[in-house]
Amino acid sequence: MRYIPHTEHDIAAMLAVLGVSSVDDLFTHLPSDLRSQAAINLPTGLSESQIRNRLTSLAQANRVAPEVVSFLGAGAYPHYIPAVVDQIIQRAEFATAYTPYQPEVSQGTLQAIFEFQSLVATLFGLDVANASMYDGASATAEAVLMAKRILPQRTIILVARSLHPQYRHVIHTYLSGVLEVQIVEVPWGEDGRLDMTALERQLGPNVACVAIGYPNVFGIIEDVATISAVARHAGALVVTATTEAVALGLLKSPGELGADIAVAEGQSFGIPISYGGPGVGLFACRERFLRNMPGRLVGETVDHDGRRGFVLTLATREQHIRRERATSNICTNQGLVALAATVFLCLMGKQGLRTLAERNVTKSHYARDLLLQGRVGYQQFSAPFFNEFAVKVNNARAVWQRLKERNLIAGVVLEDWYPELRDCLLLCVTETHTRSEIERLAEE
Amino acid sequence: MLVDTKRKRAVLDEPLIFERGSVGRVGYSFPEEDIPARAITADVPAALCRDTLEEFPEVSESEVVRHFTRLSQWNYSAATTLYPLGSCTMKYNPIINEVVARFPGFAQLHPLLPDDCVQGALALLAELEHRLAEVSGMDAISLQPAAGAQGELTGMKLIRAYHHEHGYARKKVLIPGSAHGTNPASAALCGYTVVEVPTGSRGMLDAATVAKHVDADVAALMVTNPNTLGLFEHEIVQITEILHAHGALVYMDGANLNALMGVAKPGHMGADVIQFNLHKTFSTPHGGGGPGAGPVGVKTILEPYLPVPRLVRNGKHYAWSEAFPRSIGRVRSFYGNFGILVRAYAYILAMGSDGLMQATRMAVLNANYLRKRLEQTYDLAHDEPCMHECVFSDHSFAQSGVKTLDIAKRLLDYGFYAPTIYFPLVVSGALMIEPTETESKETLDEFADALLTIAKEIQDNPSALKDAPLTTPVSRLDETRAARHPVLRWKKV
Repeated sequence: MRYIPHTEHDIAAMLAVLGVSSVDDLFTHLPSDLRSQAAINLPTGLSESQIRNRLTSLAQANRVAPEVVSFLGAGAYPHYIPAVVDQIIQRAEFATAYTPYQPEVSQGTLQAIFEFQSLVATLFGLDVANASMYDGASATAEAVLMAKRILPQRTIILVARSLHPQYRHVIHTYLSGVLEVQIVEVPWGEDGRLDMTALERQLGPNVACVAIGYPNVFGIIEDVATISAVARHAGALVVTATTEAVALGLLKSPGELGADIAVAEGQSFGIPISYGGPGVGLFACRERFLRNMPGRLVGETVDHDGRRGFVLTLATREQHIRRERATSNICTNQGLVALAATVFLCLMGKQGLRTLAERNVTKSHYARDLLLQGRVGYQQFSAPFFNEFAVKVNNARAVWQRLKERNLIAGVVLEDWYPELRDCLLLCVTETHTRSEIERLAEE
Repeated sequence: MLVDTKRKRAVLDEPLIFERGSVGRVGYSFPEEDIPARAITADVPAALCRDTLEEFPEVSESEVVRHFTRLSQWNYSAATTLYPLGSCTMKYNPIINEVVARFPGFAQLHPLLPDDCVQGALALLAELEHRLAEVSGMDAISLQPAAGAQGELTGMKLIRAYHHEHGYARKKVLIPGSAHGTNPASAALCGYTVVEVPTGSRGMLDAATVAKHVDADVAALMVTNPNTLGLFEHEIVQITEILHAHGALVYMDGANLNALMGVAKPGHMGADVIQFNLHKTFSTPHGGGGPGAGPVGVKTILEPYLPVPRLVRNGKHYAWSEAFPRSIGRVRSFYGNFGILVRAYAYILAMGSDGLMQATRMAVLNANYLRKRLEQTYDLAHDEPCMHECVFSDHSFAQSGVKTLDIAKRLLDYGFYAPTIYFPLVVSGALMIEPTETESKETLDEFADALLTIAKEIQDNPSALKDAPLTTPVSRLDETRAARHPVLRWKKV
């Protein structure tokens, strides 16, 4: 087998050193009952060309561009990925290394993570970012758990109903039965932003944190500053969760608006959508909460000769030291994906990320204008949005179905996620959509 | 000798990307817009917009390439050299897996497309579920968890859901002291109290000791088999029977599955739930710290609680279904680390039943061969038959003043990545070595030779160890300083 080098000759030589006559002798100490039933009943191994053929036919049984034109976002976003990103993450020295336990021979990985942490902290406008979480949804759940660690006496978590339903679901799963907490949903107001009256009514001395989408699932830009002000007044922490990371290139950062912990899904930063994974969870917080933070951290230091170098640090928060008293159980995170995001952000740079974000705004608003002009539908919510918007369309589901038959996916039928939002489609338009595709959407 | 230390190589001292570049440099150019020009201030008011990203780099595309290429050259990796981290299974990562995972039909697939548009993806996942079930002897699989630790969390939540539904308010989980830290951390995240079960003098759990710890308040035992000492838990069947007799369940940590394929199935040992580490046994790359994937396999008893959505079959068609009211819910967005699942599937296709069974046989042969070459010089933690990894303690050199850490650092000078050190905690100064089956006899001999040479250096030249590593881009780093004065990001001076 091409991945296993041992020849009969190798095996014989090794067995001779071991003083046993067959490889079977190495397993005789196992219970014979287990051994006798252990055979694996699967087809025999394939050659590389057979694998390629099989996977090709499986891949071709999926509908992607150009066959299908999709206006789906809602947690996974199509953006152009510069060629350099994939080349760098295919370098075997990055792809086949592991946790940098021996930092002297892992400076490549460690410095890249340090750069990642720096970029993420800047984007969020917060003091410190970790080396990544699995995805935006689990990062949000971990942020809520962290808020509970910081304020252990408080037992209520407020979650915006307009936070992506999968993110809300994961928060429930992570918290259920673990802590004495009550998760309370805060509705959106008429303009699509969080209902401030409802929020103020729910806030009190027993609320640990308020978790909102920024932008929310409808692409609406929340008024984080006001939310933070009222939350702070009640002594509660603010957690923002961003599903479309490109928005952070344009919008005011969660940190400058008063958020305490900010998370995001980083897939938009040079990572292929890949049917929803792997992505990368971005996570940052204020300095004073550092010891409560989950995830790995890379810090700067010096070696014996005074050279600058990087190491994993503050590991006393983590599972391999603290075990059951760790801030999280996370071990393997999303290292190579974080590297891809780092390369992407370096290519975009100071100006490029801003330009990318602006183009997402202009394209999506152009689409909105066309739909309104064509009297196809009207904008469901009046508050400003980034690159996703909800549009009210008569018989939305039937329209969606008809378009699907023409290989046009008109986003998400919102009623599937929010029964109260009938006849509403959630459309996402990015810089990758062409004018003709948008015009086609409006026409059809 | 493997490493030539006479020729010197200049270290290309690459700074941080923020220290490169120049105002106005760009690494990416945008195409011309194809829509009519519009100012964004009408769409998104300026009051909502940030100032510029002050601390972002301004570098050219070639600067980016050179920067990261240089960084990569500072790393040891499994592609460069033997990377024998215990329980990490740093086996060869097949390149064809990288190719197929990048097919546009996978890479560009949006997770919210209707099921009839993604039948290829769903068929792949269904086939992967089937193969993992067959290898492990478990009844049902969820591919959703993003890593081993998330698989452990999922598994413990399944157990919790089971007990909750049956009206049992069990609060304790038994975990051996040799367990990986993620085990107690995951149990604690589920609200359980961890009770440590001592390992026997032979390095394995013994049924009598476990029996003493089991009562009606125990929800589960978390056990790794083979354990982190590389030893097969010889009383595993009796132990799981004891747990079951008391109404408790068994979580098996599947990190060491590479030692079991075709030899013993977790499903026959009494495991009720197991997590797979696809980035270990199933060859997906370690990525410098992920992404991995941690699917779980369960016995029927726990199937109702598996995360949603679940893959179901309607005749020839596959679909996602949330119609599982007793499910614990979602542990992450969408369906799992799909790109990693594609790679694992391709690997299983390549190996087939014969290849997977041979992998285990050669992994165990390799570990035993290394052990034999070293056991006269280094102190084995336990003189028991080992499986795919072997563990040594620091007893043979404890008197010399040299520490396990020094040996690890000196190995770097010999061109090898060091084994896992100081884990498991139950062994003094542990050196945990897992070669995997993809290493040749020549590589094993070179590694053994290096360790034997280092053993001589302990006597003849201990300062070489104390000062090691001498040939790496940086010398030993001050980890104390990093923790005392944390600098966790670059700041413009």
